[in-house]
Amino acid sequence: MSRREQFWVITSNHLIEGDAIWLNNSGDWTRKLGEAKLFDDRDSAETALMTADKERHIHVGAYLAAARPGRDQKPEPQHVREQIRTTGPSNYFHGKQATASDVSV
Amino acid sequence: MYQYNDFDQAFVRGRVKEFRGQVERRLSGALTEEEFKPLRLKNGLYLQLHAYMLRVAIPYGTLDSRQMRGLADIAERWDKGYGHFTTRQNVQFNWPRLADVPDILDALADVSMHAIQTSGNCIRNVTADHFAAAADDEIEDPRQTAELLRQWSTDHPEFQYLPRKFKIAVTGSQNDRAVTRAHDIGIRALQDSDGRHGYEILIGGGLGRTPMLGQVVRSFLPKEHLLPYIEAILRVYNLYGRRDNKYKARIKILLHETGLTLLQNQIETEFQACQSRFSGIDSELRQHIEQAFAPPSFVAVPHDQFDIRMTGDSAFSEWFKTNTAKHRDNHHAILTISLKPVGGTPGDATSSQMRVIADLAEQFGYNEIRISHEQNIILPHLPLGHLPQVYDRLRDAQLETANVGLLSDIIACPGMDYCALATARSIPVAQEISQRFDTLRLERKIGPIKIKISGCINACGHHHVGDIGILGLDRAGVENYQITLGGDASEKARIGKRAGPGFSFDDLIPALERLLEAYLELRLMPEETFGDCHRRLGSEPFQRALYPADVQQAA
Repeated sequence: MSRREQFWVITSNHLIEGDAIWLNNSGDWTRKLGEAKLFDDRDSAETALMTADKERHIHVGAYLAAARPGRDQKPEPQHVREQIRTTGPSNYFHGKQATASDVSV
Repeated sequence: MYQYNDFDQAFVRGRVKEFRGQVERRLSGALTEEEFKPLRLKNGLYLQLHAYMLRVAIPYGTLDSRQMRGLADIAERWDKGYGHFTTRQNVQFNWPRLADVPDILDALADVSMHAIQTSGNCIRNVTADHFAAAADDEIEDPRQTAELLRQWSTDHPEFQYLPRKFKIAVTGSQNDRAVTRAHDIGIRALQDSDGRHGYEILIGGGLGRTPMLGQVVRSFLPKEHLLPYIEAILRVYNLYGRRDNKYKARIKILLHETGLTLLQNQIETEFQACQSRFSGIDSELRQHIEQAFAPPSFVAVPHDQFDIRMTGDSAFSEWFKTNTAKHRDNHHAILTISLKPVGGTPGDATSSQMRVIADLAEQFGYNEIRISHEQNIILPHLPLGHLPQVYDRLRDAQLETANVGLLSDIIACPGMDYCALATARSIPVAQEISQRFDTLRLERKIGPIKIKISGCINACGHHHVGDIGILGLDRAGVENYQITLGGDASEKARIGKRAGPGFSFDDLIPALERLLEAYLELRLMPEETFGDCHRRLGSEPFQRALYPADVQQAA
């Protein structure tokens, strides 16, 4: 993938649970990467990050993570670290892979 | 064992109350994360990839049955039913919710435990030989020294904002089971020719991105001078340690940049000044502590059943030979309970396993439990006659793995499955190694060997001092594993050397297989361990096995 085709999502950790969350199209946080807003240019992603970063009573340490459009154009992680944040650890069936998919933030 | 006095209890409770208020203010938005983060770190609370992580101190790795049950209850009530024992003799809970942490800390205080100074730039949990007071090669119980240091360093107002974290390890034996040369300060009990007890003091050891072995700064320190001398080291470090660059802030860099002689002089000058501030209260305190660590009165029990099982039950006798060490009392053994089952996560124990261990310690083991930096649990004083019952109950709890000191007794940090700093996973590497070599049935043939895995350059998995060290790195978003060879964590400590280019996750296990097959070919006799063989031959023949020409061409 060339640099021009780079995509981004905005991700953070939830203040109380500490789990991974992502910013969605309506500007709210979701616990599922598949529902996250996929940014195709870095400038607009960084602008959105600055806005999101103000809500620090909800989440901790927001940042941009590289992603790519997958099936139905839904974001998929590009880096193994982000893959692990999306699913949970590989040694136990814990974390996101084990939690009900409709848990809201 | 040392029991909390009223002061300790009140102090720990006070800290919980304080932290409860801080959490409430964070949740209400009154504290920002920037304000809150140093406060939570002071209480051992990290934010990791999937959740918060609470690191609980187990001072010098010693706990009793009540405390182990307390950990089991916390794991069950607030976490996911297990705890992870670490290379610093701590236990970590991987899934607490922020709002629950004050209650967890209260539950810890109920059993005289806490998470204070398990993080941050302060003096961390003081570690010690896990065979303390049981090993037959011991000069004195290192926990007396470690407890004195714990009391002195806890909340020490001068040393709460050091340039960087500070780790101290103590051994009471010449056979170093506490990796003292890899600590900011290593303390080794000694006896001089007149029979006086004292210490050899080392400074400047540490692993991480710049691995260095500690150097002797005082070859004999009389026992009564311990606290003023350690305080002098900390004062010099606090003053001159670099604060401009966190990667150069440990005392090992100060030692490297200043030179041993000059630093030694600075410490000795400071020591003269410090001595006058210690009026002898530390000696009184020490006497009290020594009494608290008086060894139990060892009672022998008949061992007919033990003798029968040793001759008639090969699984039992194999477990006994592999997992026990010689106790100072001939009728007892030191038992290491392996937390490294084939395919398991190194260092993890479930709540029910913790309770089984607590019960066994209470019923048969003088109520003493230890955690080793090698991520196993030790029952230090077990009468031989009780071992058959202990074995049977451990087997029922899947805790009978007979692999201590062998290939699958792997140290592994949590790696990228949990840790926010990690650059690669460690746990699945350990799991695959133990499964692969179990399938090959080679573990016993290979014999004693230390494999240590770190998921990033910070080296929590001590990879630099493994016979085989594995360091997981990130190469453009893909995990890549470097192998180091020839490390040693013992009194003959040595930093391993990188063997060559890294391997992908999939290529790593076949590479290790080639490496260990080469060792079996190269060793002079089965008694020549991997470490001895490497010392004799150097890395070159092992590198040839890791990087054979045909593999290089195919790559």
